[in-house]
Amino acid sequence: MASGVKPRVKVPKSAAAGGTITIKTLISHKMESGQRKDSDGNVIPRSIINRFTCDFNGQSVIDIKMEAAISTNPYFEFDAMVPEAGEFKFTWYDDDGDIYEETKDIAVA
Amino acid sequence: MKTKMHRTVLGAAALSAFAFAAPVLADEDAELIVNGDLSIVTKTAAPAHLSDSLDEILSGWRFRNDDTQVMQMDDFDNPGMLGADVGLDQFAAVMGSEGKSCADCHDGPESLSTVRATYPKWNEAAGEVRTMQMQINDCLTNQMGAEAEKYDSAKMLNFEAMLAVAARGTPVNVAIDGPAQSVWETGKELYYTRFGQLELSCANCHEDNYGNMIRADHLSQGQVNGFPTYRLKNAKLNGIQSRFKGCVRDTRAETFNPGSPEFIALELYVASRGNGLSVEGPSVRN
Repeated sequence: MASGVKPRVKVPKSAAAGGTITIKTLISHKMESGQRKDSDGNVIPRSIINRFTCDFNGQSVIDIKMEAAISTNPYFEFDAMVPEAGEFKFTWYDDDGDIYEETKDIAVA
Repeated sequence: MKTKMHRTVLGAAALSAFAFAAPVLADEDAELIVNGDLSIVTKTAAPAHLSDSLDEILSGWRFRNDDTQVMQMDDFDNPGMLGADVGLDQFAAVMGSEGKSCADCHDGPESLSTVRATYPKWNEAAGEVRTMQMQINDCLTNQMGAEAEKYDSAKMLNFEAMLAVAARGTPVNVAIDGPAQSVWETGKELYYTRFGQLELSCANCHEDNYGNMIRADHLSQGQVNGFPTYRLKNAKLNGIQSRFKGCVRDTRAETFNPGSPEFIALELYVASRGNGLSVEGPSVRN
């Protein structure tokens, strides 16, 4: 597992039914590109988050494929419509097979 | 983001049609409020010792462009807060041969909320002016039996970021009288000494020309109230003395090293030029 990985998500606690909310996500990750060499000239192996998804009550909201040129600590901000109360589930997929998950409940006011 | 950039390009094109392409400058009248409730003083009257040279002092935040300013207004958007979070973990972690963590002696970062605003500070027992990093290293080696951290190492800056968050919003207030005065005088002399092939002193840019452009850079007053600073150009936290080093290097001089007596004196002097501004670290700059 890459060290120092910590997902963070900011979702409002409630929303109007059918209303749109803004979601912010950030995961601390070094995002090693695989193109760099260390001081001895050896290639530092690639280690990045290669996919990020967000689901709402099992339905896909966003699904992102990520490549090696993305900088450290990838941050995504996107809008989502909230038809009903439920749960947002966020998943990050690491190159080394690790999966980091975070969930947030949202109420409908 | 995309639409905004598009607009800026159009704006610049429209301006150049009138033959005056002004650079996109910062909003120097903006007010910094973090998380919607913590007001930060980014502009105030200059401290008494600057009465001959400056009327008011301005945080570097005022000189950055809108996007960068906004990043610092919300802790979630501020990448420097990642370092502060790691700093909290380090605070609770056991280090060294004594089997102690910072938290064994200190009641959480809140109990250290006066540290960031008052350092560098005279240490009576050691008979020297100490920066925060020197004091942290003293704890690490003498109290915890751990290895000293290198100056401005990532770990050290995480500690600093955590302490800056604990002190955020409080006014910088370093003491320049008493036993620290001679060091402060040394720092002042360095500030006004021209270095390098370009023969520039700190004051040439940060006192005489703040607000002006030096090629593509918008010169600030060079205040250090926002350190440690997350810089977008290197995507990590940066320490005060490493920043000094970058500045002196840019004058094409052989620089002093972070942790050297010269930079400790300069840090004390530059910090005192910001007496009255709020601690705002970890700040976001370009």
